Amino acid sequence: MRRLLPHPLLTVSLAILWLLLVNQLSAGHVVLGALLGWLIPFATSPFWPEQIRIRHPLALMHYLGIFVIDIVRGSFLVAWLILRGPARLRPAFVQVPLVLRTDLAISLLANTISLTPGTVSAHLAADKRTLIVHTIDTGDAEALVAEIKQRYEAPLKKIFEEED
Amino acid sequence: MIDILLSLLILTGAIFTFIGSLGLARLRDFYTRLHGPTKATTLGVGCLLIASALFFSVRDEGVSLHEVLVTLFLFITAPVSAHLLAKAALHLKLRSLTPTLKEGDDTPAHL
Repeated sequence: MRRLLPHPLLTVSLAILWLLLVNQLSAGHVVLGALLGWLIPFATSPFWPEQIRIRHPLALMHYLGIFVIDIVRGSFLVAWLILRGPARLRPAFVQVPLVLRTDLAISLLANTISLTPGTVSAHLAADKRTLIVHTIDTGDAEALVAEIKQRYEAPLKKIFEEED
Repeated sequence: MIDILLSLLILTGAIFTFIGSLGLARLRDFYTRLHGPTKATTLGVGCLLIASALFFSVRDEGVSLHEVLVTLFLFITAPVSAHLLAKAALHLKLRSLTPTLKEGDDTPAHL
């Protein structure tokens, strides 16, 4: 089972991706999508050493909700900062110590940071324990780090890494 | 009714995209400039895509969900390119208004 269907989640996502791509829902395309969804992970399984497991689907939904809200919030914030003028910005680099250990969770965290209010992830330390983040305007770097850890890292830890 | 909604979405999208580009021109150093295109533009493009999905779903039969894909790929690629740009800038030690990290920390110096 494991060898024939290495990544069930990837299979489902690829099938859905295919249906979106052709923009129609017909039996033929469902079959084709399923076939592609099976074939591609099968052919590329050496590149995916670890099995992706979502331990808390509900937490994932909740996380996505926060993510969407924060994208909107971040866009308004940055738009406002740009309009207010560059002179009053207080940019800074902050270091976020990571408790996440898996590559997938870390890349999702970095991605989220880049899309949400006023921060862009700039560099991941070689030992994968620290993420350097550039922020466009901050008064309190420590509060920002605490917010990132509590708002994004904790849920990701729960979704992808927590033991049952 | 739907026309008004569509116009609002397109207008909002255009305004945010414009502000994002304005940021690119107006902000003062490389790192702060990165923020304009990654944030404000995300919402701008998002609004335009919602408008597009709505328009084609109403006009043609069946829902048009192409736009979901565009959003998905945008959300995957925009942060990655921003990250790589920032990384490259750190590596080249670009002139910046941002105070750098303290010595002895895990500074980008030993990249």
